[in-house]
Amino acid sequence: MAARVRALETILTRKGLIDPAAIDVIVDTYETKVGPRNGARVVAKAWSDREYADWLKRDATAAIASLGYTGRQGEHMQAVFNTDETHNLVVCTLCSCYPWSVLGLPPVWYKAPPYRSRAVIDPRGVLEEFGLSLPKDKNIRVWDSTAELRYLVVPQRPSGSDGWSEDKLADLVTRDSMIGTGLAREAA
Amino acid sequence: MNGPHDLGGQMGFGPVAPEKDEPYFHAAWEKRALGVTLTAGAMGAWNIDESRHARECLHPADYYASSYYEIWIKALETLLKRHNFVTANDLAAGDAVDLAATPKRVLKAENVPAVLAKGGPCDRPMDEPAVFAVGQRVRTKNFHPIGHTRLPRYARGKEGVIDAVRDGFVFPDSNAPGQGENPQRVYTVVFTAAELWGEGADPALTVSIDAWESYLEPA
Repeated sequence: MAARVRALETILTRKGLIDPAAIDVIVDTYETKVGPRNGARVVAKAWSDREYADWLKRDATAAIASLGYTGRQGEHMQAVFNTDETHNLVVCTLCSCYPWSVLGLPPVWYKAPPYRSRAVIDPRGVLEEFGLSLPKDKNIRVWDSTAELRYLVVPQRPSGSDGWSEDKLADLVTRDSMIGTGLAREAA
Repeated sequence: MNGPHDLGGQMGFGPVAPEKDEPYFHAAWEKRALGVTLTAGAMGAWNIDESRHARECLHPADYYASSYYEIWIKALETLLKRHNFVTANDLAAGDAVDLAATPKRVLKAENVPAVLAKGGPCDRPMDEPAVFAVGQRVRTKNFHPIGHTRLPRYARGKEGVIDAVRDGFVFPDSNAPGQGENPQRVYTVVFTAAELWGEGADPALTVSIDAWESYLEPA
């Protein structure tokens, strides 16, 4: 595959159809600039600021854009909030739709058949494979991203984090907790 | 189409394998694959729905044997050939042999940040009021089109409840084959696990999809 991709890049470059330097910028963007740290900032702010949380619930696209996170695969956002009663889980059974603007590029497992096939029929079993055991009576809501809305899970704020700064709170927010395959880290 | 991509509820793929501290890329070629796919898409010759359909048209054996970036590259070759940017001769030679069609635009490095930050919004203003309302019971259609659709098989012919009324969005089923955007309103429809999976389903599980208006009828 390495040779095949190199050949394709060569053909397109020599025909003047693509700029290889543009590829470098794209890769750099998703390696160093756009990643789950963005989403963690959104969640930390929602935990700290009730007005922001309400805005995020009402109009996630605008609330997220206010922190500077916009663009490709984050054009239409919806935030879904975990509660004591309900745990949210996001999947794209049909391809690999994922909120790039807040989480960056999706992990391999998110795009692979085991997760995509089972998240909608056996989410509890899937969560066990992530080391997350939910009580049987805890509701699970699975969001299958079949259209252009992209979902961000807002995990519950860990107890013992009262008074923490947004920076410190953001460190508790893992990528998986914003997909729903994990919870936020415990406040140490 | 009832293709290999439509995975919801399928079985036999084994456990999910989360990787600790997973890198964004597992090989250098994956970086180029991402970049080639995005820069080629930026020529503006095809839309996201056509590119999704090209991926789901891979032979099932090929689709399941391929990593996601491999799926992207295989589909990209199809798109580039279809739109006359690349020929079989080019691919056989691994070099530019034949002339290419003229692209609408070429994405230059200096424009990448702005293009990525802008994205490709596909909501469209709707003049007509929404047909369905929050709380209303609806049934998804039972259809099996040979072309592109975003109504997954596991959620066809199922009764659910409108959970949210969304904006109008470009309709993938007509946009993929180049028959126009024909925007329709999208609804989030929530189903009980019992409705989707029947006997033995998890009583505490609900699943929602985002469905275009024409996928739905009143229940």
